[in-house]
Amino acid sequence: MADIAIKNVIKRYGDTQVIHGVSIDINDGELIVIVGPSGCGKSTLLRMVAGLEAISGGEISIAGRVVNRLEPKDRDIAMVFQNYALYPHMSVFDNMAYGLKIAGRPKEEIRERVEKAAKLLELSALLERRPRQLSGGQRQRVAMGRAIVRNPSVFLFDEPLSNLDAKLRVQMRLEIRQLQRSLATTSLYVTHDQVEAMTLADRLVVMNQGVAEQIDTPINIYDRPATVFVAGFIGSPSMNFLPGEVDAKGEAIALAQGPRLRSISQKLGNHAGRSITLGVRPEHLQPVAEGEQDFHLEAGVVETLGADVLVHGRLVEAGAAAPQVEGEGGAGIVAVRLPGHAKVAEGDRLPLKAQDGLLHLFDPESGKRLADV
Amino acid sequence: MHKKVTFGGFGFPLLLLLPQLAITLVFFIWPAAQALYQSVLRQDAFGLRTTFVGLNNFARLLSDSSYLGSFKVTMVFSASVTLAGLAIALLLAVMADRTIKGATGYKTLLIIPYAVAPAVAGVLWYFLFNPSIGILAYLVRGMGYAWNHQTSGTDAMILVIIASVWKQISYNFLFFLAGLQAIPKSLIEAAAIDGAGPWKRFTSIIFPLLSPTTFFLMVVNVVYSFFETFGVIHATTSGGPGQSTTILVYKVFTDGFVALNLGSSAAQSVILMLIVILLTAIQFRYIERRVQY
Repeated sequence: MADIAIKNVIKRYGDTQVIHGVSIDINDGELIVIVGPSGCGKSTLLRMVAGLEAISGGEISIAGRVVNRLEPKDRDIAMVFQNYALYPHMSVFDNMAYGLKIAGRPKEEIRERVEKAAKLLELSALLERRPRQLSGGQRQRVAMGRAIVRNPSVFLFDEPLSNLDAKLRVQMRLEIRQLQRSLATTSLYVTHDQVEAMTLADRLVVMNQGVAEQIDTPINIYDRPATVFVAGFIGSPSMNFLPGEVDAKGEAIALAQGPRLRSISQKLGNHAGRSITLGVRPEHLQPVAEGEQDFHLEAGVVETLGADVLVHGRLVEAGAAAPQVEGEGGAGIVAVRLPGHAKVAEGDRLPLKAQDGLLHLFDPESGKRLADV
Repeated sequence: MHKKVTFGGFGFPLLLLLPQLAITLVFFIWPAAQALYQSVLRQDAFGLRTTFVGLNNFARLLSDSSYLGSFKVTMVFSASVTLAGLAIALLLAVMADRTIKGATGYKTLLIIPYAVAPAVAGVLWYFLFNPSIGILAYLVRGMGYAWNHQTSGTDAMILVIIASVWKQISYNFLFFLAGLQAIPKSLIEAAAIDGAGPWKRFTSIIFPLLSPTTFFLMVVNVVYSFFETFGVIHATTSGGPGQSTTILVYKVFTDGFVALNLGSSAAQSVILMLIVILLTAIQFRYIERRVQY
């Protein structure tokens, strides 16, 4: 049981700095997920907590003890690796018992603890097998077992589920969550999968280019993303970003593509006349009766997912003759999430309304959040 | 997809195989058959009369103290060359594996001795340890030991072992380095987190995972020390002083081509042939199916 304090941590490789002063306070028993695209420094940060990478600046402490100069073995941590890192020449039992044997625990105690962990993870029947005789999910469990059997004060997970197939990943995700809850061990979990991040985390750290862009609960990050990057990274399909301008009175937003949003209740006096980026999640664009819409969407690709329908298309000003084409590909494409059996065909014009109170305004220069709308 | 090519007749494929078959026949099958044949014959000193003696040559060898002595010399030599060669190469490979700066340079330098011919390697060490002009002999003398491989059997043995090991380290080093680099880094990291220090990590994770490489190299090194070290010994000690560095393959040469005792020499090479067959069988049996883990 321990809390972790990461204070202004920096990582440099020669002249290249890859982590630019990250600070995170992790409470005892909390599961923190670090999420970000590949190369954002999330694994490096985790490895610095583990002691596998040197810390170039700042301070990491576990349970109030600064660990910057401590060897991994002296940090009282356990880690689950992406490729599991099971010792191929040892049985499942020996894999799990390795740490305890090195710690010099009595044989009887080792057997007891390994068997207890094996039971918890439903590995009891597999203790004599070698790792290569196990399926991916079983190997994953052994890796978890090796971590929990030592009863460390911190668990570190480095993308532990990314080598599993989609179905197993969902199942293991639940198991990890339950296990972590029941053991109440402080955990740091790195992933690039935002669904994994949202479902597992007590709190989420969204990293981008070596900076923690936002640290908050998953739902707060979803509701009030601090930057354009966070807004686009969390949520699937991604938030739509529409360039525009707040009008002189601060009552409406004129989109660069033509349409005006009038149905906003909040006064935007502070931002009157300013250019902004409007963020709208696909699920916050509602189909409405003709005449009540903010704009039309000319449907392009329609994806039917069963539970809902995703429509990708271009905004059209009410009454305009043709959609304004702004370049090829993704530029100017807006995604909308509709209920499962919505009948939409390519070329249809859907009258849509942006839901008041669920919109986001960002500064187009800095990408920082300006206001809720 | 590969398209299967089939030949109509028997003649054309045979023609294609002929060069290889001819080489095998002339340089391997024929001499081996000769040796087998010679090993059951005895010639008089002038080569005038040849008589069939059955397994008499073998019986004589096995009761000949100088032959059994040569066996012992071979065992000491082979075990020393193999163990020292593997241990030093492994040490170098572990250190090279850790190095990042200038790694290619070190590796290249370590591999160079492999390109040196056995006789040249022998002569090189012969000069370094030469009692009158050798710098290493001078240093050893400085430490209070009167080195002289021309009179001391032990010194001579150490000299040929050093020269043979020096030449073979490169080869072992390459294989060990490749083996080390094939071990996933995360395994070592996992062991470090599990509390294992560097030595414990080496003994409980790295060394067991290297065991297929180690076993393969062991067989290769035994074969090397048995046969390919002929050049080293011939160029330095010529099997002396006395019989102290006469390994089996060198005795085949001296008995057969110097002393012209062809029957005994042939019998000795048949015994060596059996040893090679045995080593090859071991290698096939264990290496081909890999050491299990």
